[in-house]
Amino acid sequence: MTDYVSILSIDLSLVAPELVLLAAAALILLFIPLRKMVFLAPVIAALAFILSFYLAVGQWHYSGSGFAGLVTCDSFGVMFKLIFLLASFLSLLIARRFFVIKGIDKPEFYALLLFSVIGMMVMANTVDLVVMFLGLEIMSIPLYVMAAFNRRSLESNEAGIKYFIMGAFASAFLLMGIAFIYGAAETTDFRRIVADFSYIVANYRIYLYAGTALILVGFGFKVAIVPFHTWVPDVYQGAPTPVTGFFSVAPKAAGFAVMLRIFLYGFERIELLADIFWVLAVLTMTVGNIMALRQDNVKRMLAYSSIAHAGYIMIALVVGGSEAISAAMFYLVAYTFFNIGAFAVVTILETRSGCKSDFVELAGIGKATPYLSAVLALFMFALAGFPPTVGFFGKFYLFSAAVKAGYIWLAVIGVMNSFVSVYYYLRVIKTSYMDPYEGQPAVVKLVPSIFLVLIITAVGTLGLGFFPQKLLELSQAALFAFL
Amino acid sequence: MFDYIFLVPLIPLLGFIFNGLLIGRVPRPLISLVGCLTVGVSFILSVFLFFALKSLPAEARFIEQVLFSWIPAGSFQVDVAFLLDPLSAVMILVVSGVGFLIHVYSVGYMHSDPGYGRYFAFLNLFTFSMLTLVLANNFLLMFVGWEGVGLCSYLLIGFWFEKKSASDAGKKAFIVNRIGDFGFLLGMFLIFWQVGSLHFDTVMKTAPLVFTAGGGLITAACILLFVGAIGKSAQIPLYVWLPDAMEGPTPVSALIHAATMVTAGVYMIARTHDLYLMAPDALMVVAVIGAATAFFAATIGLAQNDIKRVLAYSTVSQLGYMFLACGVASFAAGIFHLMTHAFFKALLFLGAGSVIHAMSAEQNMRKMGGLKKYLPITYPTMLVATLAIAGIPGFSGFFSKDEILWKSFSSHYGHPFLWVIGFVTAGLTAFYMFRLIYLTFHGQERMDDKTRHHLHESPRTMTVPLVILAVLSVVGGWVGMPHLFGVTNYFEHWMEPVMTPGYNASEGPLLASGGSDTGMEILLMVLSVGLVLAAIYAARYYYQKNIQAATALREKLSGLNKLLVNKYYVDEIYGAVIVRPVVYGSIFLWKVVDVVLIDGLANGLATIARDMAEVLRHMQSGQVRRYATLFVTGVLLVIAYFVFG
Repeated sequence: MTDYVSILSIDLSLVAPELVLLAAAALILLFIPLRKMVFLAPVIAALAFILSFYLAVGQWHYSGSGFAGLVTCDSFGVMFKLIFLLASFLSLLIARRFFVIKGIDKPEFYALLLFSVIGMMVMANTVDLVVMFLGLEIMSIPLYVMAAFNRRSLESNEAGIKYFIMGAFASAFLLMGIAFIYGAAETTDFRRIVADFSYIVANYRIYLYAGTALILVGFGFKVAIVPFHTWVPDVYQGAPTPVTGFFSVAPKAAGFAVMLRIFLYGFERIELLADIFWVLAVLTMTVGNIMALRQDNVKRMLAYSSIAHAGYIMIALVVGGSEAISAAMFYLVAYTFFNIGAFAVVTILETRSGCKSDFVELAGIGKATPYLSAVLALFMFALAGFPPTVGFFGKFYLFSAAVKAGYIWLAVIGVMNSFVSVYYYLRVIKTSYMDPYEGQPAVVKLVPSIFLVLIITAVGTLGLGFFPQKLLELSQAALFAFL
Repeated sequence: MFDYIFLVPLIPLLGFIFNGLLIGRVPRPLISLVGCLTVGVSFILSVFLFFALKSLPAEARFIEQVLFSWIPAGSFQVDVAFLLDPLSAVMILVVSGVGFLIHVYSVGYMHSDPGYGRYFAFLNLFTFSMLTLVLANNFLLMFVGWEGVGLCSYLLIGFWFEKKSASDAGKKAFIVNRIGDFGFLLGMFLIFWQVGSLHFDTVMKTAPLVFTAGGGLITAACILLFVGAIGKSAQIPLYVWLPDAMEGPTPVSALIHAATMVTAGVYMIARTHDLYLMAPDALMVVAVIGAATAFFAATIGLAQNDIKRVLAYSTVSQLGYMFLACGVASFAAGIFHLMTHAFFKALLFLGAGSVIHAMSAEQNMRKMGGLKKYLPITYPTMLVATLAIAGIPGFSGFFSKDEILWKSFSSHYGHPFLWVIGFVTAGLTAFYMFRLIYLTFHGQERMDDKTRHHLHESPRTMTVPLVILAVLSVVGGWVGMPHLFGVTNYFEHWMEPVMTPGYNASEGPLLASGGSDTGMEILLMVLSVGLVLAAIYAARYYYQKNIQAATALREKLSGLNKLLVNKYYVDEIYGAVIVRPVVYGSIFLWKVVDVVLIDGLANGLATIARDMAEVLRHMQSGQVRRYATLFVTGVLLVIAYFVFG
């Protein structure tokens, strides 16, 4: 990155991946009046993701700060940028086909997708609370619209409205928290908060702590920590399925990127945090898993399952330290593969007419589409954490980090939760292969774009299960600049 | 060149993936081409690797290729890595070479089978697993191959699963093998516990520092590993699955249940011989079990009428010889016999397959006879193999068996009694093998007219492998001629870098002490050849010239005959002593422990979880104001915790 562009001492190469996405989004919005060019929108978006990915890879091991300290570029942030881009690229490939079939293929969607990814990238690449908030809003507002994107569907509208109300609610708390922190520290920059920490604690303890609590709530909402998770099932079920797949991965990763930075770097020295995260992690994984047991709708089940997975990842927030953080990053990458893969399969199945992704509709697909149900089974095994999928290693590294740090009980509860989750994941497999069905289940048509997604996610799920070492090394290397 | 070691197992795996994924979608010629070619390429690579290894100085013939770190978990590090040394080089040559011939043979043998694609997929998977087993550089990867070949064996024994006897035989093989595998696993655990590594080279180098030679731990480890070998290589008391395994297609019997997989146990002991040399008691167990199995199986072979069963018992018996060799610390001789046996026993099975093919699937030798003139290629090739297994001088089996007999007599770990058993077994072997030849190819034609009408020599794809194997059955032994013939024993020399010098030193004085021993060796050799010739003559007398005499003899010894025909009632004894108590015990566990206790507990927990879910579901009402209430409650609790906590 030696040949960076610089205007008035502003280092634009710091935000090059974001700028690419921004340009693409603007381009798509310009095309909207030209109805004949609409088919280009997803192509432009996909190319932008690829180019942005390439540029983000170039930022690896490049640490720098610009825009008056508001943007910080480090390997930790780059790692998350790559996760966002991967997740959104895969979601884009799934979405296109689904929207065409459902008759809601509008170019605006791709612009919204690009905008929300820009927001996530902003969140992950700063150590300033206000910029984090800004990123959160840039990310969230497109998400609300995306949830309601199926205009003619009541559920989709309901999802959008609910998400918006609850999101606004959470943002208010978050902003309040940031205000408290600013009041206590006279800055929102974590580098300065860390430097003055002892002074702030000594003089403004109550504001600092109240602010921390509210920030926790605000971001906890995004990653769906229990009890701030209530929107998840309704939104996940109501939103168009490819959007749900995107929701379950990318905004969650963004939320964790910010939380890992805030609570394990900025407020690292608040001892209470570990205890409260302990309680919240246990609550989140347990409630998520138990609720998932009784669902009759696969999307809703996956919604609760994503809550449970957030609970597992929160182990890293409890434990802290490089090993746990790299384990969390490993988990997020792994989760991107198998969760988006699972949603890809659900999306395809939903393209059958009148399908709402209820469990009963899975019956017979084992016979009708053997390859599709085989990869679905693979993703379910990965979600449940079976070897040799990457799901096993993801859980293994998280739990072993907990054990090494002395949180034996946390690991035990995590493992027991995994046991519980096996029930509903295997139920998918059982239904698709063993349950009786009447007549001939409709055969679904695989299109190249979704086929590509399935290949990427299945290869990722299995390949990283066989070769976890490389990804682990990558996540460890990403911490180089963080700590 | 050595960068390509990984391709040797990988290429057959690609064949498996191709044939496995595209079952029923590709035409048969393509299936055959992929199935055979992958193994063929593997063989060619193995040949190149062999010569590349040979061009190195003897002490440098130890190449490790680490592909990637497989399980990195704290102190437990296992790589996927391959080891090429003289021992594994010989093994990959045998596995891929004989394997290739049998793949080609299968093209003809299985041509009309509806499961053609599945068959080749499994066969390729087997080749991959077996090559992984022999190339692995650590216990765990070896175990992966070990289990892989077990799985393929199960799948291929039960290949015609619609036949109950075949699927039962598959299950029997699998279950019996599990017992052995359990021993192997325990042995592996013990080694890891003591040494802290599963890497062969590390284990062999560290073992002398960790274990006391002759101590209880090392002996236990070796015996546990040997239990694994007993299961896989069908030795007493776990041999019972191998005869039943003949339910599988005949080429499978040739490849898996004669030439390669069943020899994995012998290979494993040769691979870990450094450990065994530290545990003389374990070696004695190996030798005694090997000798006993050799004799015991040979006696059963005397009275079988199914052509494949005779060969199956003969395989068990020959494997016994190999263990006998290992048990007297003559590992090179064991591997040498493994190699020659792979040639002639594969040939015998393929020949038997050709006979069965000609006889419209009839396997009973009593309904054969006089096939010599109908099968002009099968007959001479099978005769060559029979001469080899009987140990007629000049044929490969003679050299390898003779070396084992001599070592069992002369080795530091040997004993004249072991030699006597091996010697008698050699006579029995010659007798039952020539009984097979005479009953099948000579004498009266005892088949019905319809079968006789169908008699025909097999197609080229089947006969060409027979001829190639026949050549190997003769010349394959010439690389290991005994010293007293005044030539170098190339095989033993090749194996020397693997088989530690310490072993050669202890062996040295015996070999070097000259005259009297050479005289003894010649005497023993003459004795055994004499016995073999006498046995052949007896077989000819009873089964060609004077079949009534055989009947008379059978009636005279009816008690013994009945005992042998029923295989000493071992299956029945196992049924009564082991299987039935296990079944009843299982019923108790099922009806009482499982249904009442465990299910009760599990269902109780499930009910609790379900009820909890029901409660929580009510909170998930879908109304935003309730959500907001819950949210705010959470906020207040978190703030309260921070502020007051």
